[in-house]
Amino acid sequence: MTDAPLLSLRGVTLAFGPKIIQHDLSFDVRKGSIFAVMGGSGCGKSTVLKSMIGLLRPTAGSIYVAQEDYWGAPEARRTAIGRRFGVLFQSGALWSALTVGENVALPLRMFTRLNDAAIARMVRLKLSLVGMEHAVDQLPSELSGGMRKRAGLARALAMDPDVLFFDEPSAGLDPITSSRLDDLILNLRDGLGATIVIVSHELPSLFAIADDGVFLDAETKTAIAHGSPASLRDNSPIPQVEAFMRRERPEALTDGKHPPS
Amino acid sequence: MEGRDTLTLSGDWIAQSGRIPAFPMDALAAVPAGHGLALDVAAVTRWDSGLIEFLWDARRTATAAGIEIDTTPLPGSARKLLGLLPERMADPVSPPRRRFRPLNWLGGETIGLLTELGTLTTLLAAAATGGTRALTGRARMRGVDLLANIGDAGPSALVIVSTVNFLVGAILAFVGAVQLRKFAADVYVADLVGLALVREMAAVMTAIIMAGRTGGAYAARIATMQGNEEIDALQVIGIPVSDYIVLPSILALVFTMPFLYLYGCLVGMFGGFVVALAMLSVTGPGYLNETLNAVAFSQFIFGFVKSIAFAILIGVTSCRIGLKSGRSAADVGTAATNAVVTGIVGVIALDAIFAVLANVVGL
Repeated sequence: MTDAPLLSLRGVTLAFGPKIIQHDLSFDVRKGSIFAVMGGSGCGKSTVLKSMIGLLRPTAGSIYVAQEDYWGAPEARRTAIGRRFGVLFQSGALWSALTVGENVALPLRMFTRLNDAAIARMVRLKLSLVGMEHAVDQLPSELSGGMRKRAGLARALAMDPDVLFFDEPSAGLDPITSSRLDDLILNLRDGLGATIVIVSHELPSLFAIADDGVFLDAETKTAIAHGSPASLRDNSPIPQVEAFMRRERPEALTDGKHPPS
Repeated sequence: MEGRDTLTLSGDWIAQSGRIPAFPMDALAAVPAGHGLALDVAAVTRWDSGLIEFLWDARRTATAAGIEIDTTPLPGSARKLLGLLPERMADPVSPPRRRFRPLNWLGGETIGLLTELGTLTTLLAAAATGGTRALTGRARMRGVDLLANIGDAGPSALVIVSTVNFLVGAILAFVGAVQLRKFAADVYVADLVGLALVREMAAVMTAIIMAGRTGGAYAARIATMQGNEEIDALQVIGIPVSDYIVLPSILALVFTMPFLYLYGCLVGMFGGFVVALAMLSVTGPGYLNETLNAVAFSQFIFGFVKSIAFAILIGVTSCRIGLKSGRSAADVGTAATNAVVTGIVGVIALDAIFAVLANVVGL
């Protein structure tokens, strides 16, 4: 393990036109960690993720991937860096015209010179890792939400990425499926040695897996706390962070009547 | 590669190198069942999922032969990944194989066609009752939607309708001019252009443009709404889709297409006029006079009625195709294509029916 962070944001400001989403974000993602981007709905978590995976250029500041300025690089280089990323979108984002197997195979077909047999074996392996090998010939429309998510994860794993990004991995899943997905994420991190960035507000899953993180505030529009979800819950001096982590409304803290759930 | 009882691996095991071998089926033939198989991975330099794939293959072959592979020499992470993989491959769920049965197919298609006709009629009837309610202002349709649809179908289509009809008029005049000049019947080009446009071409060309432009857009929009569960939301809230979506779509076409037809006639005649003046020995007033003599007012009514029929046909089929589409991105494309194809073929078929009817009635 190297000490240098794999991903770092320095003074990043994100905006759509004049509307600022988040400003002056600075944080580091260590190699091998499971990093959580937390915050309430509408605080810009997913927008931060977008800028990290190359879909939205920050209006100010830089994002470094292994010490390389990501947005300062020319587009061809950005694509090359991006090939080290695997992204699981919120609802899987499987290509609806392709079967699950073809979805996983497409990046391999486009970016490697593997022959069909080798691709078929890699597809089978990646689908088996997420427990979806039976669905290889099915179309995404035939799958349930949780299965789509797992298939999307298999696609994200197709190129053996160094960094895996998850956008709301447990949104819309039942608690059991969601906790299975958490276990899977942990196992994949341990097994593949990948670094994982999770955007989520699902507290149980955050406490279960994340070991580092940043808390984005919707009102001040910047990061107000850094650290693992559990440490933020237990010793954050900032009331709104503590309230969020304990699932209380901020005013409930002051009258102290609501028991933490 | 394998010793008597040890599987020795060395070198790089990177999946994307394309050099990961498949585990040979007969590699374990020499190992007696019940025997353990040791692993030696000390010489493996770099590895990723390629190694896991190979070991998984090996483990399945070994399990089938009753041999246990000792994975303890593996790094912890590789053991963990291997642990996630099932011992046996589940059989993939494959779509049921279709056999070619012409009679079944024909029957299914026929029933499907009849059902579709029934559904279309029901939808049209529902839209019609919605329309009558709209007259008393009680339809579940928003005026803004209707206005927006009319704007899309009418004024925004003027440019393309002008271009196409002008060119059609000009082409008719060209074709007629070449023939009629032989008989020194130059001025009858006006009859030809006027009658052809008013009876057939302006209505059909405008309808084809609208089928491609507006019908395709309706189908794509409704199919996307289907994908977003917006149609489901309308149904759950109790807003009838026939009123909210289908009615304004049909009404917009019914309001605009007859006028586009009349406009198309005018522009087309102008196209013919320009060509006739340029090519033939015809005077401007002479051409106009001949046109007025040739085209009776009843011809316009005939074309006008046809336009309304085309509008209803395009509106209801494209909405129906959007409503019955699937929910994926590919389905939106299919719906738009189907709507355009059905619209164009339907317009021409309906026009043929009108031609036969007009012949019978003697119009």
